[in-house]
Amino acid sequence: MSSRRSRSSRQPGPSRITDDQINDLVSKLQQLLPEIQDRRSKKVSSARVLQETCNYIRNLHKEVDDLSERLSGLLETTDASQAAIIRNLLMQ
Amino acid sequence: MISNPVANSSDRARESSKKKKKRRSQSARDQSENTTQSRTAIPWKSEAQQQAYSSKLLQAIRQARQGSSAPAAPRRGGGAVREAADRVLAAAAKGRTRWSRAILTNRLKIKFMKNRRQRVAVTASSRLKKPRVSILRLKCKNLSTVQRKARVLGRLVPGCRKQPLPVVLEEVTDYIPALEMQIRAMAALAELLSGSASGSSSIEERAWGVPTVKKSLKQVAGKCPAAEFFVRMHQKYLCATVGSHVVM
Repeated sequence: MSSRRSRSSRQPGPSRITDDQINDLVSKLQQLLPEIQDRRSKKVSSARVLQETCNYIRNLHKEVDDLSERLSGLLETTDASQAAIIRNLLMQ
Repeated sequence: MISNPVANSSDRARESSKKKKKRRSQSARDQSENTTQSRTAIPWKSEAQQQAYSSKLLQAIRQARQGSSAPAAPRRGGGAVREAADRVLAAAAKGRTRWSRAILTNRLKIKFMKNRRQRVAVTASSRLKKPRVSILRLKCKNLSTVQRKARVLGRLVPGCRKQPLPVVLEEVTDYIPALEMQIRAMAALAELLSGSASGSSSIEERAWGVPTVKKSLKQVAGKCPAAEFFVRMHQKYLCATVGSHVVM
């Protein structure tokens, strides 16, 4: 714990935010990640959490891109009547 | 089943108070986890949120396609859907987070640029790394590892490029569940469309066409629970149009 504290305490500037707050936020973020959830939170460093978060967000972006491609292709080939039906149903 | 209504209501009251206690303790636990965000956080995991998003998404996609008035080139086709999806997602956030506001203002900026200068916009995606950032990015070696990674993270999330570390972390904590919901909704929609497309070509066909659509819809519903909502609505419509031919 002391090593983590010393690493982030070196930052200059108007840092009114305490290290504890940052660690708290990082641990909250860790709960969201699918990979590190099972492990105990003490053993994962903040840098590791941030790295995993970056990778995860990149993956999510890529999935959204793939899904949009797929959806645009599907909407072109689907019958216009079917798409209209689905839209009407969803708008109810 | 039919019991004394007075006793029934008192039992129900006791049960509901027990449930309330359980719920309160759980919500207290959740609140202790999310200190500042629980007041304004949006439940991205809820089914209702996802359904609301899906319906708006489909509307927006249809509008975007009709607006272009012709099937766009394959490269930009996905981009239009992506833009619509991001826009609807940002709208669902109701302006409480920076990333959602950034997505919406980016789109407005590019729309205005397009109208004024009348040149073809490259793309409205805010995920392109613009060359301006390299000038502003301070590659200070004194930054710790955590800070450096937080900068990278800030570039990934829209609207958080120059924000300090705790702001970036907060934004990301909201952004990730929103993205996950977006993916779930779009995947369900794609499954539904691909399932019904492979099943039958059009619903106005005769009764023999309907069972194949039903079967494919049932397959889709088995895969993901979110699609069950769509399937139920679809079945209702089938009953209404085809009438006596459809037997649920």
